[in-house]
Amino acid sequence: MVSRILVGMNSCGMAAGAQETLAAIRKGLASRGLEIPVKVVGCSGNCYREPFVEVMTGSMRTGYGDMTHDRVERLLDEHIVGGKEVEEWVVRRSCTDREEGFDRDGYFSKQVKIVLENSGTIDPESIDDYLAADGYKALEKALKMAPEEIINEIDHSGLRGRGGAGFPTGMKWKLTRNVKAEKKFIICNGDEGDPGAFMDRNVLEGDPHKVIEGMIIGAYAVGSDEGYVYCRAEYPLAIKRLLKALVQARERGFLGHDILSSGFSFDIHVKEGAGAFVCGEETALIHSIEGKRGMPRPRPPYPSVKGLFGASTMINNVETWANVAWIIRNGAAGYAAFGMGKSKGTKVFALAGKVKRGGNVEVPMGMPLKEILYDIAGGSRSGKDIKAVQMGGPSGGCIPSRLFDTPVTYEHMTQTGAIVGSGGMVVMDTDTCMVDVAKFFQDFTVKESCGKCTFCRLGTKRMLELLIRISGPDGTEADIDALAALGDEVKAGSLCGLGQTAPNPALTTLRYFKDEYLAHVREKRCPSNVCKPLMRYVITDRCIGCTACARACPVKAISGTVKQRHSIDQTICIKCGSCIGACRFGAVDITGLNGGDVDA
Amino acid sequence: MVSSFPGTPEPPFYHPLSLVPSRTTTGTGLFEQVRKMQSSMDEQTMRNSRLIPLLQAMQEECGYLPADRLKVLSEELGVPLSRMYGVATFYTQFRFEPLGRHLVRVCHGTACHVNGAMQIADAMTDCLGTKEGETSKDGEFTVERVACLGCCSLSPVMMVDDRVHGKLDKEKVKEVIGKLMRGELDGQ
Repeated sequence: MVSRILVGMNSCGMAAGAQETLAAIRKGLASRGLEIPVKVVGCSGNCYREPFVEVMTGSMRTGYGDMTHDRVERLLDEHIVGGKEVEEWVVRRSCTDREEGFDRDGYFSKQVKIVLENSGTIDPESIDDYLAADGYKALEKALKMAPEEIINEIDHSGLRGRGGAGFPTGMKWKLTRNVKAEKKFIICNGDEGDPGAFMDRNVLEGDPHKVIEGMIIGAYAVGSDEGYVYCRAEYPLAIKRLLKALVQARERGFLGHDILSSGFSFDIHVKEGAGAFVCGEETALIHSIEGKRGMPRPRPPYPSVKGLFGASTMINNVETWANVAWIIRNGAAGYAAFGMGKSKGTKVFALAGKVKRGGNVEVPMGMPLKEILYDIAGGSRSGKDIKAVQMGGPSGGCIPSRLFDTPVTYEHMTQTGAIVGSGGMVVMDTDTCMVDVAKFFQDFTVKESCGKCTFCRLGTKRMLELLIRISGPDGTEADIDALAALGDEVKAGSLCGLGQTAPNPALTTLRYFKDEYLAHVREKRCPSNVCKPLMRYVITDRCIGCTACARACPVKAISGTVKQRHSIDQTICIKCGSCIGACRFGAVDITGLNGGDVDA
Repeated sequence: MVSSFPGTPEPPFYHPLSLVPSRTTTGTGLFEQVRKMQSSMDEQTMRNSRLIPLLQAMQEECGYLPADRLKVLSEELGVPLSRMYGVATFYTQFRFEPLGRHLVRVCHGTACHVNGAMQIADAMTDCLGTKEGETSKDGEFTVERVACLGCCSLSPVMMVDDRVHGKLDKEKVKEVIGKLMRGELDGQ
């Protein structure tokens, strides 16, 4: 007998049509007179299979992928009423009481869920669901411990800041604990701004109480009575669920005055960001909460000494907070059992770009890149070779495929010139031009630089200009050298993490894909056929003169008589590619500026 | 000072209590420590920290940040207008011009450019009296210039709200704008 139906309803699922699916399920059940509870849950992480619906039958849990609303009727007829699974739609099967499972894509088997343990299983808007999943048990336990004991536990777990820098969390807590001050603030940094990163959104949308519980424990440990969650305004659903969770936590006495009769009091505010990437930097974030322009300031003094409103302040990232309750519940040793070297525990990564199976995955640190990219994510969507993976967003770098044996730890990633960063992994296949990628991120940092430091404000702009020239007909090798030299100077001459890391995309692509840069400037050719100023469309002798290309050309650049080979006037051609799409004989080629027959 | 604890509904924008600190107004969910902190904290610091949420509330209500409202807020908060302007321009969220009921985005990508995007922009000005980057006087249309809408084979194109109109010429622009003015494209 089916006991429950779960529908994944994070922003990603809703964009894929989960709301229609949910409505269809409710309607279908009602019309059949069935009273089976339908539960809204967070994201299971397999965004490529959204909408995702799970059916619970006793201890058996069957997950169906791609469950658009038009599939609902058959699901209800066969599985819910008929009691027989719709085999070809099943992507996952698991049992709560025995080791038995099925994982069609191999997406889940290698994952270890700590941060995301409840995501996709509990209703994020129900505190009872969270309590049933051992929620707030860690808080009860922590309140019976001495603050120093808690900090030791976090310290021994080896947990490090998941926002990007990887500073040991235990040490940060100890520093804040040791500050003698009457007033201390703690802040949860939810200003997830990297393009291609969506881990924090998923945690806040799928399991907000976990972040809140972590913050209460942290506040108790360092002696704070007031906290802030700074969440970007682009995440309205995360903010809504977080606010709801805070109200529930207050009602049950987990927040507010005299928490669980321990004598300890603490409450949390929510601040919405207003759209500024630099506010992910801790001192800029503090300025933003204070109602100022979000510009960073020099450290020291560190926020632990002088932070929000001048008081001692401790800032941790959403994912860092989401690890705390698990560590307190299961012990430091349990957490440290995962991971490698100085990088312990698990890390959530957001897989995006030209990847076959995109979504959130949580894996033990130290897993080699290729296991994540191939075993879990299934390689590239196009079936072409993966050329590189970009890690850490605009602050990170591109790691080439020959280094895919590298284990993902803070140390190993830094050696490659990239960073673990917040956890965005953007996959690039052979159709991606690395100069273009560098240009894209440089354009981003130019727009997001706050303008305080000259090297960041002007240096990133000059770097972008160099990259634009390299990807055009006038680039020279001297431009490449200038780019590398300027990159080092921008790193050295900037105050905050944004400027110090802004040259990384350019510098790492230069380091690993110099041949592509050289092809651009020496041969005037973009090997991936992305940089339009270096591309020339030519019609080869495979042309039979069908005129399809000439009719498709939006600018009438193609001329020729019927049944004769056509030609493209290079002075008119805008390189839109319409002719390639129109030609059924593969007669349109792309060459570099120096290659191929020149027609006109 | 009223706290912005979540769960406590934000006071309405012009509510004096949201601007003037008050020792007696505690709202719900407040407790001893916070009150102690607030009395010890510089009042102006607390007012400053309300600035961004208040600007967000103003934009939520008006659709943008009107100059006269900013002046009123400046006086009540005790934050100089220049500072408020500095803060508001720092964050991409804030607008100083209202958006029209319809947003028209004229594509100036390469394909559209060579196919006469400028003529389309001119035709738009003829029809609406509105240049790119402006909103028509009746508040119906905001016209924006965009880099590329990715519909090169339909060039020249423009996007009205969420719908792309392609293969435009002056006549077709007039036709589309006419339909919009008569409300014939609403709800599509």
